[in-house]
Amino acid sequence: MSPDLLKLIFGRLGLESLPLHEPIVVGTFVVVALGGAALLGGLTYFRLWGYLWREWFTTVDHKRIGIMYMILGIVMLLRGFADALMMRGQQMLAFNGSEGYLNAHHYDQVFTAHGVIMIFFVAMPLVTGLMNYVVPLQIGARDVSFPFLNNFSFWMTVGGAVLVMASLFIGEFARTGWLAYPPLSNIGYSPDVGVDYYIWALQVAGVGTTLSGINLICTIVKLRCPGMTMMKMPVFTWTSLCTNVLIVASFPVLTVVLALLSLDRYVGTNFFTNDFGGSPMMYVNLIWIWGHPEVYILVLPAFGIFSEVTSTFSGKRLFGYTSMVYATVVITILSYLVWLHHFFTMGSGASVNSFFGITTMIISIPTGAKMFNWLFTMYRGRIRYELPMMWTIAFMLTFVIGGMTGVLLAVPPADFVLHNSLFLIAHFHNVIIGGVVFGAFAGINYWFPKAFGFKLDPFWGKMSFWFWVTGFYLAFMPLYVLGLMGVTRRLRVFDDPSLQIWFVIAAIGAVFVFIGILAMLMQFAVSLLKREQLKDVTGDPWDARTLEWATSSPPPDYNFAFTPVVHDNDAWWDMKRRGYQRPLAGFKPIHMPSSTGTGIILAGFATAMGFALVWYMWWLAALSFIAMLAVGIGHTFNYHRDFDIPAEDVIRTEDARTKLLAGAK
Amino acid sequence: MSRLKILALLPLAAALSGCDYVVLAPAGDIAAQQRDLVIISTVLMLLIVVPVMALTVLFAWRYRQSNTEARYEPEWDHSTKLELVIWSAPLLIIVCLGALTWMGTHLLDPYRTLGRIHAERAVDRSKTPLEVDVVALDWKWLFIYPDYGVATVNELAAPVDRPITFRITASSVMNSFYIPALAGQIYAMPGMETKLHAVVNHAGTYKGFSANYSGAGFSGMHFNFRGLDDKGFDAWIASAKSAGGSLGRAEYLQLEKPSQNEPVRRWGTVDADLYRLILNMCVETGKMCQSEMMAIDAKGGNGHQGLNNTLPLTYDKYARRGTVLGPEPTFVAGTCTPDAPQGQTTASIKAPTDFAPLLGAGLKRPSFTPLKSSSFFLGQRPKSDS
Repeated sequence: MSPDLLKLIFGRLGLESLPLHEPIVVGTFVVVALGGAALLGGLTYFRLWGYLWREWFTTVDHKRIGIMYMILGIVMLLRGFADALMMRGQQMLAFNGSEGYLNAHHYDQVFTAHGVIMIFFVAMPLVTGLMNYVVPLQIGARDVSFPFLNNFSFWMTVGGAVLVMASLFIGEFARTGWLAYPPLSNIGYSPDVGVDYYIWALQVAGVGTTLSGINLICTIVKLRCPGMTMMKMPVFTWTSLCTNVLIVASFPVLTVVLALLSLDRYVGTNFFTNDFGGSPMMYVNLIWIWGHPEVYILVLPAFGIFSEVTSTFSGKRLFGYTSMVYATVVITILSYLVWLHHFFTMGSGASVNSFFGITTMIISIPTGAKMFNWLFTMYRGRIRYELPMMWTIAFMLTFVIGGMTGVLLAVPPADFVLHNSLFLIAHFHNVIIGGVVFGAFAGINYWFPKAFGFKLDPFWGKMSFWFWVTGFYLAFMPLYVLGLMGVTRRLRVFDDPSLQIWFVIAAIGAVFVFIGILAMLMQFAVSLLKREQLKDVTGDPWDARTLEWATSSPPPDYNFAFTPVVHDNDAWWDMKRRGYQRPLAGFKPIHMPSSTGTGIILAGFATAMGFALVWYMWWLAALSFIAMLAVGIGHTFNYHRDFDIPAEDVIRTEDARTKLLAGAK
Repeated sequence: MSRLKILALLPLAAALSGCDYVVLAPAGDIAAQQRDLVIISTVLMLLIVVPVMALTVLFAWRYRQSNTEARYEPEWDHSTKLELVIWSAPLLIIVCLGALTWMGTHLLDPYRTLGRIHAERAVDRSKTPLEVDVVALDWKWLFIYPDYGVATVNELAAPVDRPITFRITASSVMNSFYIPALAGQIYAMPGMETKLHAVVNHAGTYKGFSANYSGAGFSGMHFNFRGLDDKGFDAWIASAKSAGGSLGRAEYLQLEKPSQNEPVRRWGTVDADLYRLILNMCVETGKMCQSEMMAIDAKGGNGHQGLNNTLPLTYDKYARRGTVLGPEPTFVAGTCTPDAPQGQTTASIKAPTDFAPLLGAGLKRPSFTPLKSSSFFLGQRPKSDS
């Protein structure tokens, strides 16, 4: 074929785009390909495709979508963590004239991919998954407001993840750091596909995140059961509401700033170039106007989880519910007023720097109040040390350290000496792992029995817990120390041999965390095997307080046969106290949304379009775009959007539960 | 503690003693004041963090389920007094810290000229500060001493106790100029100028580097900062002068091209206008300087004709900036000067076609050198014969 034709079809994709010269990548590819082939073969052999398509891929049930988000998050955690291990290995080895084992081309992609994956495709799916699963149950709803949109959001997030993963084997990923500051990320200095992968992965996933934010806000505002006024909502629902408000208000900024960067890169505009009136500072401002709220998007739901867990396992009402809610709202608002603290060192004047430094410190007041609220919830309680509570205690002890170093970095003169150092790296891992990740694990251990009807195995859970916690301290305390020695981030080789010991300790810590992750996977496997022993038929294994525990585990498709009526904050606790009797008769047909494949198809085309735009395959981009429009319009003619679960089915489900409950007593 | 345990701690002690906590023990007054702020803020916050951690452990232990002695009040969920305390305690700390921040940020603003040499000595106003123009290049540092007419790459020197004024810019992408022993960092950004005022109080050689990732050669982008006494500094300047060579526009354009792990280089004479040209991104002859552009724009611009005042770009750092769907890359042509008549640009400078240094693609894979076991715990440098 002629080169012109090849170029027309494949754009700039050619055989030389495949990283065949990178043995590490080729090895990974072989393993992934074999594993993937085995998985696909297994699914085909056991004839699971139909089941997966009907029951999972096309589902609009918020519970199944929530579970799929969690699976996505955990799968991507493995990829993101592999990157972390590679970095720790490189930094441990690259001393005394050794170049380590990664060249700059590879290493720079690894740290960029690590950041992008961990934030967008691990933390976000875990948090979104928990909100998706729990919020409708907590407010006594049957599903989210827009069930189809929910399915579509999930698949868009997957589409973004697919693009990032594709960059590992086809072409390369960005070598710019996870926020891709121009001019480095502009076409002049990053002319290859890495930054384009970055842009389109985030754009595709960003659509999903924004829509899911709209969906959950609407759900929380409109679908609460009777009696649940705003100030009777569970704290997790409150934090979810605030998080989704943040998402809806901040993700469009990310979309716009990435769109402007793509215009610079594709059509030669000059928004962020050095000359022609462009200003890279504009990008830095805009990306952090999204980026700082993003931190709170991640951590607020975690705060909600800790509130639920502390109150449940202390057997006590949450101390200071009202101040907890106000603290959350204050954090939500303040998180928009602090973005400049990410670049004090870019030459803003002293007054601007002090303003943003002080607003940042002010955030620590409501956060501190929350910490005290959890403390005084434990005070005069009866604390049961199940896994969720262990993660909560670990969080409380770890997060205060991260919070303290955070406030320290908010003092501009202190930031001048610590900015971009490993101290900063230690700080944000301290709050993100200590807050968000520990929170997600507390949430997984807490709500797993609700989702699957059996608890998670405590032995492997504790193994995972101890390895994670000690691993975290081993991995990141040395980075605080290195930061005080003035060691900066993203370095590939070092010339001062006295630093090596600290990197070795950090690498050992990373291995500990790795064992923690393996132990967690083991925990899932063992629990699945021992599910009969760990079974919970009551639907309320922890003697908990909020509405999700009022229904069976796993909940029926319709969540609640009758919409509950709420009289108190801890609705289920209140119902239990008043001697609530489950209704046994009078069931009616229940109106539910139907499954649809439109979400996954649309997301598939969006992903194809992203891929085509990365590689300049214009025909494919146009085709995918037209296909997306066609499918979207076609879907408006789909009139089979809902159905009624017949009363007999409801009766059968509820009778089965009555029998189980009777057997349990 | 048994003797064995002490022995086990030895390597740690060795590691600690061998370390240079430069942020906590700097050699310059600005960095020292910043260090003080780090310590004061930490102590202030520990006032609340330590009690919180202690209470967490105490409550977690005391109210465990098996301790039936402890009081259990499942309905207790509010106390106005306690709420007042938990909101006002952090508030008080933040009020103190906020005041400290406001003062510290203004006093230690890198743009502010120095008021003192160190805690006991004010600045001698009769002496002029040392001026240094700093340019972050891919991937090395260029230092120009306008008062002495010398320039160096990857080596910076300054006399002890004499204030230094840095003017900082970059040629291509963002870097951050940081000498931990001297003062906090500040970004070096293309087409923009940042400033830093600092002073070094102790003679010695300190590390300086870029603190913001800037591409493939970033790791090697460091230099030595030498604090010298007055005599030593004069000698250093003299040796730079005697190094000969002249750094003009053409030499700069060669120097600017990406290169890694550059050795120290010195030039005895420098084009006095070079720094201004770099800052305004018009080192290439025939290209309009940003300052001119802004001056024209401030007066209303060149109107429609201004739009056409562009020439095809033949050189833009190391690659043409052209985008796949955009117009051919251009630059704004400078106003006519004798050495650059309209329409003529530096013809001798062509964009290199080799993308490798920029992309880092096809770099040699480092050969794998396993760690020696001794270096694992003692942090010793393994003896290498090569």
